[in-house]
Amino acid sequence: MVDTRWETKTARTLVLDVPEWPGHLPGQHVDIRLTAEDGYSAQRSYSIASAWPSDGGGTVELTVQRLEDGEVSPYLTDVVEKGDQLELRGPVGGWFVWREKQPAPVLLVAGGSGVVPLMAMIRARGLARGRQPFRLIYSVRTPEDACYADELRRRVRDDPGLDVHFVYTRKAPDGWPAPPKRIDVAVLNTHGWPPDFQPDCFVCGPTSFVETAADILVALGHDAKKIRTERFGGA
Amino acid sequence: MELDGNALAGDLREVFAGDLTAAVFTCAGCGHAGAVATLRVFQPAPGLVGRCPSCEDVVLRLVRTPDRVFLCLSGATRLELSLDGE
Amino acid sequence: MGIISRGFGGRRRESSPDLPPGQYLTHDFPVLSAGPTPRIPLDRWQFSIITETGEKHTWNWDEFTALPADEFTVDIHCVTKWSKLGTTWKGVSLDTLMADVESAADYAMAHSFGGYTTNVPVEDLLDGKAWVAYEFDGEPLHPEHGGPARLLIPHLYFWKSAKWVNGLRMMPEDEPGFWEAAGYHMYGDPWSEQRYHGD
Ligand SMILES: Cc1cc2nc3c(=O)[nH]c(=O)nc-3n(C[C@H](O)[C@H](O)[C@H](O)COP(=O)(O)OP(=O)(O)OC[C@H]3O[C@@H](n4cnc5c(N)ncnc54)[C@H](O)[C@@H]3O)c2cc1C
Ligand SMILES: [Zn+2]
Repeated sequence: MVDTRWETKTARTLVLDVPEWPGHLPGQHVDIRLTAEDGYSAQRSYSIASAWPSDGGGTVELTVQRLEDGEVSPYLTDVVEKGDQLELRGPVGGWFVWREKQPAPVLLVAGGSGVVPLMAMIRARGLARGRQPFRLIYSVRTPEDACYADELRRRVRDDPGLDVHFVYTRKAPDGWPAPPKRIDVAVLNTHGWPPDFQPDCFVCGPTSFVETAADILVALGHDAKKIRTERFGGA
Repeated sequence: MELDGNALAGDLREVFAGDLTAAVFTCAGCGHAGAVATLRVFQPAPGLVGRCPSCEDVVLRLVRTPDRVFLCLSGATRLELSLDGE
Repeated sequence: MGIISRGFGGRRRESSPDLPPGQYLTHDFPVLSAGPTPRIPLDRWQFSIITETGEKHTWNWDEFTALPADEFTVDIHCVTKWSKLGTTWKGVSLDTLMADVESAADYAMAHSFGGYTTNVPVEDLLDGKAWVAYEFDGEPLHPEHGGPARLLIPHLYFWKSAKWVNGLRMMPEDEPGFWEAAGYHMYGDPWSEQRYHGD
């Protein structure tokens, strides 16, 4: 690990320098395996947040959300330090990916840390100067829980055709027009693409969030085949 | 806890040369066809179990030992892989 | 084995000399699931034993819970490496359930609601070694842990103790069940660390 930065109070980005990294597509993930002194080991998947090739050279970035009672995530957010080695396998996954040559508009729907692989797609589009219109609907508990907030603000200004809409489930910023609420039909209808545009939809986050959002998209008339989902787990 | 077939990518990659999550399975139980990534996967268990999103039947079982991977595809009548890697 | 992760402890665990090799002690009761948890109404519950000749013995919930039951305390060992000591259960011994069953089969396949199966030699089911348990710690067995009733064969790895069990099919020859077909050991003795096929 060559660098690290906090995205929120509980989410940290790890910048990794991986020898012989073959490059990756946005949406792919790695499997990290931790091994204790006595040989006990635990493995978890983490999405790649960065695009390839990365601005800073050959690095790969992950963003990990700490779960208080978790086994692996608190180690990655609070224990591992610059200079430490991590054992990883990847990049893996070839279905939940976006490719520059896909011409359709894109709708990204993120719940919590589910934003990570979608951010990689936004970054890859930026890098390739993609023209496909992108919309991100990003559900967070409070404004303080939003990862990449500054970068998203900058990209909405600088990357033509990118829109971002936040959904706050616990606490909205002062002056926000709506009270805190979960993602619903109105949000996806207003801030997504009409089904007629046949957008490629990517939905990622906790399992229950993904099911809710994907069900709404289907109910709104999106073709189930155009909706790609990735479940991170949880209740 | 429930995940989906995306979480199988790493282990399947050890058995197959390419990515398998984009491959299309056909369920032996109900005939539903879909990407391996859309299977319903439950954890923790002695292995990884991928169930058909349409009928919940078990489509694949994957068991990892320290030095081997076992893959049992008895719930799929067919697996279709694209050869251009996409 | 891979690199040691500096400062990584992992989930709290203890080793203990009383445990089978490779096992760690746990004090909670981890829930393993390979599918959605079936919820079986008691009026639809039944348990059957089908012999190799096709003869079928069936108990509904009232008949089953009217059978003489044992209360017993045993250690359990899960193949995912946790062991839990001194767990108390109530259940009907397989000796009781098999008393009127005429069978010369050496093996049995346990079947569960939800489709799970696991194979066991008949001699491992008899002589007070196995039960169909319906209470844990003095309470009705929770669906997450296999309720209304689960098989309990504590001397084998816990995957043999089929959750949501609804029957036994007697078999002259050994056949693999759900995990056995996918690479786990046919017998599964924790003391000889028979985890996987070929161990
Ligand atoms: C393909 C894939 C990509 C992923 N990418 C990322 C990523 O980019 N960033 C990231 O932070 N995480 C990601 N995850 C989730 C990650 O793999 C771990 O599940 C997560 O970090 C929790 O691990 P843990 O060991 O800390 O918690 P555990 O010890 O496994 O679990 C602790 C408790 O938290 C609950 N829990 C487990 N996972 C979640 C969850 N996702 N949300 C809420 N509660 C949960 C468990 O049920 C348990 O009660 C991804 C998962 C998958 C399958
Ligand atoms: Zn099916």
